[in-house]
Amino acid sequence: MFKSIYKYLSDIFNGVKTLLTGMKITGYYFFHPKEIITQQYPENRETLKMFDMFRGEVVLIHDENNEHRCTGCSACEIACPNGTIEIISDKAIDPETGKSKKVIDKFVYHLQMCTMCNLCILACPTDAIKMAQTFEHAVYDRSTLTKVLNKPGSKIMAGVKE
Amino acid sequence: MNFSIYDFTEFIRSIHFWLTGIFSPALADVIGLAIIGVCFLLFVTLLGLSLVYIERKVAAFFQQRLGPMRVGFWGTAQTVADIIKLIFKEPLVTKNSDKFLFNLAAFIVLIAPFMVIGAVPFAKGLHALDFDIGLFYITAVSSIGVTGILLAGWSSNNKYSLIGAMRSGAQIVSYELSVVLSLLTIVVLTGSLRLSEIIASQSDGWWIFKGNIPAIIAFIIFIVASTAESNRGPFDLAEAESELTAGFHTEYSGIRFAFFFLAEYVNFFIIAAVGATVFFGGWMPLHIGNIEFFNNAMDVIPPVIWFFGKVAALLFLIMWFKWTFPRLRIDQLLTLEWKYLLPISIVNILLMSLVALNGWHL
Amino acid sequence: MSNIFSLISDKEKQSTSSATETQEYFVNMGPQHPSTHGVLRLLLTLDGEIIRKVEPHIGYIHRSIEKMCEKDSYQQIVHLTDRMDYLSCHINNEAVCLAVEKGLQLEVPDRVKYIRTIISELTRLSSHQLWWGVMGMDLGAITTFLYGFRDREQIIDIFEETCGARLTMNYNVPGGVMFDIHPNFQKRTKDFLKYFKEKLPEYDELLTGNVIFTERTKDIGYLSKEDAISYGVTGPSGRASGFSCDVRKKDPYSAYDRVDFKEIIRTDCDSYGRYKVRIAEMYESLHIIEQLIDNIPEGDFKAKTKAVIKLPPGEYYQRVETARGELGVYIISDNKKSPYRVKFRSPGFSNLFALDTMAKGYKIADLVAMMSTLDLVIPDIDR
Repeated sequence: MFKSIYKYLSDIFNGVKTLLTGMKITGYYFFHPKEIITQQYPENRETLKMFDMFRGEVVLIHDENNEHRCTGCSACEIACPNGTIEIISDKAIDPETGKSKKVIDKFVYHLQMCTMCNLCILACPTDAIKMAQTFEHAVYDRSTLTKVLNKPGSKIMAGVKE
Repeated sequence: MNFSIYDFTEFIRSIHFWLTGIFSPALADVIGLAIIGVCFLLFVTLLGLSLVYIERKVAAFFQQRLGPMRVGFWGTAQTVADIIKLIFKEPLVTKNSDKFLFNLAAFIVLIAPFMVIGAVPFAKGLHALDFDIGLFYITAVSSIGVTGILLAGWSSNNKYSLIGAMRSGAQIVSYELSVVLSLLTIVVLTGSLRLSEIIASQSDGWWIFKGNIPAIIAFIIFIVASTAESNRGPFDLAEAESELTAGFHTEYSGIRFAFFFLAEYVNFFIIAAVGATVFFGGWMPLHIGNIEFFNNAMDVIPPVIWFFGKVAALLFLIMWFKWTFPRLRIDQLLTLEWKYLLPISIVNILLMSLVALNGWHL
Repeated sequence: MSNIFSLISDKEKQSTSSATETQEYFVNMGPQHPSTHGVLRLLLTLDGEIIRKVEPHIGYIHRSIEKMCEKDSYQQIVHLTDRMDYLSCHINNEAVCLAVEKGLQLEVPDRVKYIRTIISELTRLSSHQLWWGVMGMDLGAITTFLYGFRDREQIIDIFEETCGARLTMNYNVPGGVMFDIHPNFQKRTKDFLKYFKEKLPEYDELLTGNVIFTERTKDIGYLSKEDAISYGVTGPSGRASGFSCDVRKKDPYSAYDRVDFKEIIRTDCDSYGRYKVRIAEMYESLHIIEQLIDNIPEGDFKAKTKAVIKLPPGEYYQRVETARGELGVYIISDNKKSPYRVKFRSPGFSNLFALDTMAKGYKIADLVAMMSTLDLVIPDIDR
């Protein structure tokens, strides 16, 4: 009889003790606002920097002379699992040798289909493309997600071969 | 008019005289009641708005977040924006539901808190209903709300709502007992159910300090049981989000949903107000026996601030529970009431009678 | 313990016969429901609050990943597995890569093994952290959710710095990893170990010890060892039923044969046991990472492979231990660029279908707790 009453009371006591332990944790964080981890996103745009490796979107690297390294070999197009990249190539006469040569007309990139798997970057033999750290891809019109990566008037860098 | 922040008795009386001076006595009474009604309507709306904001902020700080920050300074206008959105939202009614009861339920849940809030003493003399069964009235009327919850669950034509409503019914009926018994423990000492007398009896110290151990036990039981009675976490089985989506108000949208929300928060306030009145002396400043200088120093702070300060402290405590504990299961909830709280409060009330008879309290 | 289930059902039988006649009814839990964590539909047969039958209906997020694998090259398959069990994506990737390496009979450098193991364990930790938060939230303690995410964020940052993505990392390629670890990787991981060792006891104080929590989970969702084996319940859920099924021990891959760790086995067979196994696994994962992080050998981060991988004709099977249980990758090759057939044996699928056996006779609230302790990820079930 006394044993069961003792057990009843000790159950209550232990139960309350465990509850208070939990309250201690949440209470600690309530009274230590320094521990707050919220990042206020649009406000901290200036200071928000993504890691160098972060994969945001595929870009074609252009130098200051508006030249890129893409030979139009379509290795990235083949490597892409989702049909994200479409290379529309053209024939051009090489001014030096006078031979007909394959150049890119349009490097079409469908951002809406891209899974950022990085396989295209690995496949590229001339390191022409890379992953940019941009991440604000929200748009009002879906068609704007289809991008042409080579800038107008750009041409291939001299000396880049397949 | 002699307005004083420390004693509203004269101020209220002068308004009454002014009204009876202009109108006939019957009309003056009606107008007086109308003024009180409008005041409470405004008060409840403001209360709802501010409590929702405070709860969101407090929850955020418990969770290492900032909470609403965008609308207004530190998000202070967030709830106003929410209310505007809710008002303009289409009130949907489910197919094959009992439309009359469905609409009625939202109003019934609001009736109970409105009836109770009249009996809450905010400050000396600032008290709409002060009759000799004040505490009895509060406990009786506050359980009308469950009718609204049951009706809402029944008329929604949704099984989740129905389960939630039935849970809520079982829960409120059970926990009502413990709330009343824990309040009666203090009534043993005061000898009166009139709220103003309960407060007056604490002019030399609050019952939680004077009433010895039984008063502390009664307070703990009161806090637990009344949290359960108002369907707040960890006892929010009626709306158990992860089990029943939103429980009895799953199908409510727009302003009708806002009514449920408002009722919940006003009930929340009332619990804290009753707890503060009975255990912590309501608007009575902190007095220790007959130490004159201390008591006088405490009297400088107006009673309204004392009242709302105590209420805020209790509200914080209940929020702390909600944002720390997991939810109970329905059978555990009833076990807690019938096997723990109720027997303890019955023993406690006997203990308190013993204390009162022997004069062991202060 | 084994007669708990029968005890409860007997008790319920008595109550229904003595009280007024009640009628069973159906509730569709899902496809949209807060505690199914995805588009899982459970058709519940209820008697009041008591569950009589649970029928899982799946297929709402079926993307035919297995069929898509048949047109993809072996490198491309890897990124699809990110989308299965997205919380242990690195381990899924690893499974495919290991299977392909088995087919090629390719020995990967030690450095790769170490990196893969460390990141696998970090993935397991992050998955268990999220599970812990969600478990609390399912039981009504919303604060745990935020605390779980807070600690997970640290791991996600490590991933972001080294692997380039936060969730669907696609860090493995057949033969190794995509690129070498970031110079900060070891420091950041060690910082995390230090940080999380302080935070992990908080998990116990906040939830494990809590009397409401233990009442909610102890002796709930009983799954006997026999049932666990016959349903193929693996991972922490199976080990809580006393079923020793840790692939890391049974069939070591990567660097698991070089580290010292315990296989956590409990015989509670209930929700509490499943909870405790996962908490203990977090400590074990920390222990594994600690052993490896300072000893990553120098070397290549990738073995040489051909640009077009063709597996010799045959069947290849590789199993790994994800955060949810045993993931099997079965590849049939006919010496082409893409596999002839790929089959994934996903842990979530087998674990889900034990739910009916577990849930009978318990209440709706218990079902939510059980589903939490099974740690279901719906895209893993449907694929």
